[in-house]
Amino acid sequence: MAIAEETKAELAEIAARYPRARSGIVPMLHLVQSVEGYVSQEGMQAVAGVLDLTVAEVAAVATFYTMFKMRPVGEHHVAVCVNPQCGILGGDRIWEVLSDELGVGNGGTTDDGKVTLERIECQAACTNAPVMTADWEFLDNMTVERARDIVSRLRAGDPVQSTRGPLIRSFKATARSLSGIEDDGLADQGGNNATDEMLAGLRVAQARGMVSPDGRSSNRSDSESGRVK
Amino acid sequence: MSDPSAAPVTEVVATVTGTIDDVTVTVPKGTLIIRAAERIGIDIPRFCDHPLLDPVAACRMCLVDIEGMPKPQPSCAVPLGDGMEVRTGQTSAVADKAQQGVMEFLLINHPLDCPICDKGGECPLQNQEMSNGRGESRYSGAKRTFAKPISVSEQILLDRERCISCTRCVRFADEIAGDPLIDLKERGAEQQIAIGDQPFDSYFSGNTIQICPVGALTSADYRFRARPFDLVSVPTVCEHCAAGCAMRTDVRRERVQRRLAGDDALVNEEWNCDKGRFAFKYLDSRRICVPLIRENGEFREASWPEAIEFAAEGLAPVRGRVAVVPGGRLTREDAYAYAKFARISLATDDIDFRTRPASSEEADFLAARVAGTGLGVTYADLDAAPIVLLVGLEPEDESPILFLRLRQAVRRHGTRVAAVAPWATPGLLKTSATLLPTVPGAEAGVLDALATGGPDLDDAATTISAALREPGAVVLVGERLATSKGGWSAAHALAEQTGARLAWVPRRAGERGALDAGALRGLLPGGASLTDPVAAQAVAEVWGVSRGQIPARTGRTLSEAVAAALSGESQAPMAAVVGGMDVDDLASPAAFRGFLRQARFVVSLETRHSAVTAEADVVLPVAVDTERSGSYVNWEGRVRHFPKASRQEYSLTDGQVLGLISEKLGSPIGNGDPASLAAELESIPGVTAGRPAPSPVAPDPDPAAPAQGQAVLSTWRELLDEGSMQQEAHFLAGTRRQSVARMSAATAAGIGAVSGGEVEVSTDRGEVALPLVLTEMPDGVVWIPANSVGSEVYRELGTVEGRLVRIAAGGPR
Amino acid sequence: MTMTTPLTPVLTAHWDEPDSYTLDGYQRHGGYTSLSQAFALGPGPVIDLIKESGLRGRGGAGFPTGMKWSFVPQGDGKPHYLVVNGDESEPGACKDIPLMLANPHALIEGMIIASFAIRANHAFVYIRGEVPHVIRRMRAAVKQAHDAGYLGRDILGSGFDLDIVVTCGAGAYICGEETALLSSLEGFRGHPRLKPPFPAVAGLYSCPTVVNNVETISSVPYIVRNGASWYNFFGTVKSPGIKLFAVSGHVNNPGIFEAPLGITMRELLDYAGGIRDGHELKFWLPGGSSVPVLTPEHLDVPMTYEDMVAAGTMLGTATAMVFDETVSVVRAIAGWLAFYKHESCGKCTPCREGTWWMHQLAQDFVAGKATEEDLTKLEDICSNILGRSFCALGDAAATPYPGALKYFRGEFEQGTHTPAAGLFDEQASIVFEEVRAK
Ligand SMILES: Cc1cc2nc3c(=O)[nH]c(=O)nc-3n(C[C@H](O)[C@H](O)[C@H](O)COP(=O)(O)O)c2cc1C
Ligand code: SF4
Ligand code: FES
Repeated sequence: MAIAEETKAELAEIAARYPRARSGIVPMLHLVQSVEGYVSQEGMQAVAGVLDLTVAEVAAVATFYTMFKMRPVGEHHVAVCVNPQCGILGGDRIWEVLSDELGVGNGGTTDDGKVTLERIECQAACTNAPVMTADWEFLDNMTVERARDIVSRLRAGDPVQSTRGPLIRSFKATARSLSGIEDDGLADQGGNNATDEMLAGLRVAQARGMVSPDGRSSNRSDSESGRVK
Repeated sequence: MSDPSAAPVTEVVATVTGTIDDVTVTVPKGTLIIRAAERIGIDIPRFCDHPLLDPVAACRMCLVDIEGMPKPQPSCAVPLGDGMEVRTGQTSAVADKAQQGVMEFLLINHPLDCPICDKGGECPLQNQEMSNGRGESRYSGAKRTFAKPISVSEQILLDRERCISCTRCVRFADEIAGDPLIDLKERGAEQQIAIGDQPFDSYFSGNTIQICPVGALTSADYRFRARPFDLVSVPTVCEHCAAGCAMRTDVRRERVQRRLAGDDALVNEEWNCDKGRFAFKYLDSRRICVPLIRENGEFREASWPEAIEFAAEGLAPVRGRVAVVPGGRLTREDAYAYAKFARISLATDDIDFRTRPASSEEADFLAARVAGTGLGVTYADLDAAPIVLLVGLEPEDESPILFLRLRQAVRRHGTRVAAVAPWATPGLLKTSATLLPTVPGAEAGVLDALATGGPDLDDAATTISAALREPGAVVLVGERLATSKGGWSAAHALAEQTGARLAWVPRRAGERGALDAGALRGLLPGGASLTDPVAAQAVAEVWGVSRGQIPARTGRTLSEAVAAALSGESQAPMAAVVGGMDVDDLASPAAFRGFLRQARFVVSLETRHSAVTAEADVVLPVAVDTERSGSYVNWEGRVRHFPKASRQEYSLTDGQVLGLISEKLGSPIGNGDPASLAAELESIPGVTAGRPAPSPVAPDPDPAAPAQGQAVLSTWRELLDEGSMQQEAHFLAGTRRQSVARMSAATAAGIGAVSGGEVEVSTDRGEVALPLVLTEMPDGVVWIPANSVGSEVYRELGTVEGRLVRIAAGGPR
Repeated sequence: MTMTTPLTPVLTAHWDEPDSYTLDGYQRHGGYTSLSQAFALGPGPVIDLIKESGLRGRGGAGFPTGMKWSFVPQGDGKPHYLVVNGDESEPGACKDIPLMLANPHALIEGMIIASFAIRANHAFVYIRGEVPHVIRRMRAAVKQAHDAGYLGRDILGSGFDLDIVVTCGAGAYICGEETALLSSLEGFRGHPRLKPPFPAVAGLYSCPTVVNNVETISSVPYIVRNGASWYNFFGTVKSPGIKLFAVSGHVNNPGIFEAPLGITMRELLDYAGGIRDGHELKFWLPGGSSVPVLTPEHLDVPMTYEDMVAAGTMLGTATAMVFDETVSVVRAIAGWLAFYKHESCGKCTPCREGTWWMHQLAQDFVAGKATEEDLTKLEDICSNILGRSFCALGDAAATPYPGALKYFRGEFEQGTHTPAAGLFDEQASIVFEEVRAK
C-alpha cells in the first residue's frame, strides 16, 4: 500500500524529536507497522525518504529486530514465552496447545486472519511465569485454560484485559502506541498494575514489621535494619 | 605550477616501541598492532581488517595475546602501545588456540565448494585453512544454506552461504564509495548481505568483489571463467580516464579475462571504478586485423608493405596540407610520434589531440599553464587542501578515482569541496560539496566574483572565496570549461589572484600525455612554444633536422582546420591522418564527416571500423591497449608506465606505423618503438621559464537568454554510457544510471512538463526525449547526459554544453 | 543461627498504593525533594556523594556509578548525554520493568540529578519494545514531570535544562549491551562497538555519554535525600546498599524483594515462601541466565558481587531463578543456548557461529543423541567463545554449559543415550494445576 502523506508527516515528526533524525528509526518503523500491519517495502521506502537513507540501510535495521515483521501480521499478535523459566513452568505446554489448536506454527496466522502466534524469549516477567503477551500487553501467570480462553475471546472480538495494562486492542494499535506519535491515554488503564509478585517483598516486610528504612519517605519510625557487614 | 608554500609541513611524529613475537618494533603512535606486525614481516591472519576501511574487529581472526591483558585482543583494532609485549599465534598458545577456534567457527557453515568457487586459489579463507587449519572438521551438523546465487546488481552475484560477515563490502560501499546500497540483513547466524529496493549500482561496486575475502561476491562475466593459476597477471594502467589507476590485467591465452585494481598508495590506493574493471571486451571485438586499401570505392585487404607504400604515396603530394588528428587515447609515446610525424614528415602544425568540444582559448591556456609542467597538484594535495573548487568537472562521472580521493579528503581530512555547476549531483552530495549554482556558459562570471571577493557574494561564495586564499587551496578545471567562453581566462585569473593552485583534469587517459608530447598546434614536445626559437632549435637537434624543417607558424586547431577546409580557404588541409577516435565525440560530427568526405586522402590508424574508416583511403590496424607498452600521464602530471599485457605480436603501435610511413616519405621519425620514443621525448629539454599567459578572452557580453520553450543545455558524459570502449560489457551496461532530463520546477512548469513525464530536448538537427526529474537548479537550464542510452547529444543534437536548445513537454508516459 | 537480614523496601516502599506511579503518589512520599538538594550541591559534589554512597551499577556488571560519572570530561564543549538502560531482556531478569511500571518518577528524578551531575541536557530512557504499558507509563510520567516544572528549561530556577526522550527498542537482547544500545539509539543495527573509546568519552553521537541501568538511576534520589552514609550503612563494604532481588521459579511466593546486598539465597527463599510444597531445590541462578548455576550447597553465600564470584558465579542482575528436582538441567541449558543463538547479533564470528553450533549440540543432548565426545567438544567450543567474542553476549552464551557441567555432569552423560524427556517428567515442572492434574 502506498504510504499516506499524513503518515509521512508523522514519520518526520518522530524523527524531529531526536538530536539526529536517524535515531528515530525504531519508533518510525513501529509507526509503519501501525499502518501497514508489518514493515512493508513501501513503509521502508517512506522511512528511507524521511531519513535520507537507502532502503538497504533501513532494511538492515528493520530485519535486526524481532518485533518488526516482514510479513503481514494478523489482527492480534499472541506470543508465548518459551525461555526456560516460563517454558519449564508451563510455557512450552501452553505453546503446544495453542499451536495445535490454532493449527499454526511459529509466526503463523490463523485462517481468519485474527491471530498470529509466536514463540518469544524472556519478557522480564519471570516472577509471573508462565507469561504470554497479546499485542505485546502483559498476560501474567498463564495456564493452558486461560491461554485458550484469551485466544478464543480475541478471535471472537470479546474484551481481554491485560494483567498489567489496558484492554487488548490490536497489533496495529500497540504499534502506534510504541511509536509514541501521540499519548494513547492508556497509562492509567488497569489501575496501578502491581501484581502480587511485584508486592511480595513489600507484603512480607509489612507483615513482619520490617519498616522502610527510608527515613523521610514514610512517616514510620526510623529503621533498625540490620547491618550485614 | 608548484607552490612552495603548499609543501606539507614535516611534523615530528611521536613513536612507540613494543615487541611482537619478541621482535622489537618502533612505529608512529596510533599504529595498529596488525600494521606494526606487517612492518617486521609478521603476517597476522585477518578477514575483516582492511587498511583503507575503519576497523570493526568483527571476524576475530587476528586475535593476539598481549602481556597483562586477561583475554586475547584483536590486533586490527588495538594500537601498539609503548612497551607492549604482543604475541601472535606463532609464539603464544593462547593466540594460537584463539585463531584455530575462529577458523573452525568460520568453516562450520562455509560450503566446501572451493573447486567451483571463483575465489579458489586466491582465497584468504582457503589459504588460511591450508596453512593453519585443523584438517578435519569437528562439525557434524547441517550447514546453513541459501538459495544461490542472488544478483546484487547485473554485474555482481552473491553466494550468501560463502559469506563470512566480514562486512568489508558494506563498509566499502558506505565509507569509500558513499553508496550504501548493500547492507546486512537479519541477525545472528541468519545474518546475510542484501540490497534494498535498488540494485548495487555503484560506479565502484567491483571493488567489493576484490576485497571479499571469500568467494561470496563474484562478477557475472568472470564467474567460472578461469582459475587463478591459469592466468598471467600483468601490472597495467587503466586506459579509460585520466585518473591514472594502477591495474592488474589477468590474461589467459593472450586474452584478457579480468582486470583488478592495482595497489598504488599515491594514486588509486587499492580501488578502481567499474569501467576500468569491467570494460575491456572492446579489446577483442570486431578488430580490424589486416590493412585495408580503398580501390574503386571498396576496401580490399593489403599487405603491410603495400599499405604503407599506399599511405605514403597518398600523403606525399599533400605535405603541408594535412590535418593530423591523433585522438585523446594514445600513449604519451604514440602521441609524441604523431607530433613529430606531423611536423617533420608532413610539414604541418595542424595537429590537435582534442577530439571533443574544445576551443583555442583552452589550447592557449593549456599550453601556458599545463603542458610540460610535470607533477603538479597531486591526490595527496587534496587531503591537505582547505578547499577544492571544481569547475566544468563532475568527478564521479569524469574522473572517478579523483572523486573517491576527494571523498576521502572530505571524510578524513576535512577538506571542503565547492563546485561551479548547475546542480548538486550525486557525486557532489557524496563529497558534501557546496554548490555555486551556475548556468553553463556563465562560469567566468562566477569565477571572477570569487577572485574579487567583495560584498556582493552570498555567504557560501564568501566562505569559498576566502578559503581559496588559504595555503594549499586547489582549483580543478575539467575539459568542459573549454566550451565556456572566457572560462579558462577566469580560472587562470582566479588562481593568480587567490594563490590557489590550478590543475586540469581531462577525461581521457591520453590527453595530458598528448599535450606534454606536443600533439597540439603551436606546442613543441616538452611544452615549449613552437614559436620559441631556442626551444625549436633544441627540438630540431634532438630530431636531427634543421630548425627550418619544423613549421615556424602556429597551425590550426581541429575545428579551425575543419572550418578552413570546408570554407575552401587557401592552404587549408586537404588530407588527414586520423588516430583512434569517435566522430560523434566532436562538437560537430557532421562538419568533420564533411571534411573527411571532401579530403583528397585520409589515413586511418584504427582498431575497428568507424565513421573515419568509412571515409578512409587506407586503414592501418594498430595495437589496442593490451598489445602495447608505453605510458599515460594522468591529470596530476604523473607518468604511468605499463608493459604489454598480451604477447600478441602481429599488431603494430601507432608510432611504429607512423615510423614506417615516415621512412617512405623520406623524412623518417625513427622506428616508432615505444621505448625509443619515450627516451627521445624525455631527452627534449622541458620548459624552464614559465610561459606568459595568453591574453584573456572575454566571456560573451550578452549570452543568448533562453526564450519561452528554450533552455541552456548542460551535459556531460556519465561514467557508464554508450562510450565505444564499453562495448560488449553487457553486465556493466546493466548498472548504468537511467537516462533522465533535469530542470527546475519553474522551467518545467513553463513548458507544462511534469515530474516523471517526458521532456523533448531538440535542435534543428534532432531530438532527444527523456523522463523528467525535477531538480533544484537555475531556471532556464536543461541537463541531459551526453552519451547515454537515448541521449547522444553530439550525434543527435549536434550541439554542446552552454548552447540554447528547445524544450517541450513530451507525450504522457 | 544469625539474625535474618530484614527486607528494606525503598524503591518498592509504596508500590501497594494505587497511585504509586503518579506524580502525586511519588511526591506524597518526598518525591522530587532531592532535586533542590542536588542543585544546591553542584555537579561535582553530587558525583562525590554518589561515589561515597558506594552505589554500584545494577545492570549486572556492578561498576561504581560515581566513578563512571566522573569519567565524563567537563568543559569539553560537546553535548553530553545520559542514557538509561531499560532494555531488561536477560532471561530471569524482571526488576527494571516492574520498577518503571510502579515507580517511574524515581527514575525521572534520578535522571535529572544524574544529568545535572554529568552536565547533560538531553537524556534518554531506552526501553525494550515488548513492554508497551511500561513505555506509555514512562512517557506519561515524563510528561507529568515536565508539566510540573521538573523538566524543560531552568528547572526549579537552577538554570539547568533537561529534556528526556523515552524511546523503545524492538526486540533484541543485545541492545541491552551499552554500546549496542547506543548503536540502536543512533538508528543503526544493534551491533556493539569497539571500546575504547568508552561511552564516557565518545558515546551517543560520539559525545560523552553515561549509560546506567534503570535501578541504578532510580536509587539516586533516595541517596541524595538520605545521604551517602544512610545508603552505605546497608550491605557490605565492597557491595554497599540496597538492591532489588527477585525470586522466580519453583517457589511458593515468587516475587520482588528489596533487601541489602549480602542477604543470602536461603533468606530470600524463606521470604518467597520456600520451594513449592513437596519439592526440593535442585539448582538456581543468582542473576539471569548469563551466570553459572549454583546448587543448594550455595544457599548461604552472601549475595554480593564479590561473594558470588568467589562461589564461581556472578551476582548479575540479582534476579534469581529457582528450579526444583523435576527439572532437567540439560533442557534448561539447551533453552538458554537457543536464546543466545536467537539473540546473537551476528557481528563477530565466535558468537555468531559458536551459538549456532552450541545450540545444535545442546539439542542432541536433549534428544539423548549426543556422543561422549560432545561433552568435551561443547566445553571446548565454549572456551573458544569465552573471551574471544566481540562483546559479553558471547561470554554469556559460553557460560551456562561449563557451569552446569561442573555440578551435573551425569545428566549430560545421560544425554548420550536417553532423551531428557525420558529422564524427567516435564509435566511435573508445570506450576499450574490443570495440567498436572491431567
Ligand atoms: C548482552 C548484554 C545485555 C545487557 N543487557 C542489559 C540490560 O538489559 N539492562 C542493563 O541495565 N544492562 C544490561 N547490560 C549491561 C550494560 O552493558 C551496562 O553495563 C549497564 O547498562 C551499565 O549500567 P550500570 O552501570 O548502571 O549497571 C547488558 C550487557 C550485555 C553484555
Ligand atoms: S560478501 Fe564477502 S565482503 Fe561482504 S560481508 Fe560477506 S565475506 Fe565479507
Ligand atoms: S581482522 Fe581483526 S577482527 Fe577481523
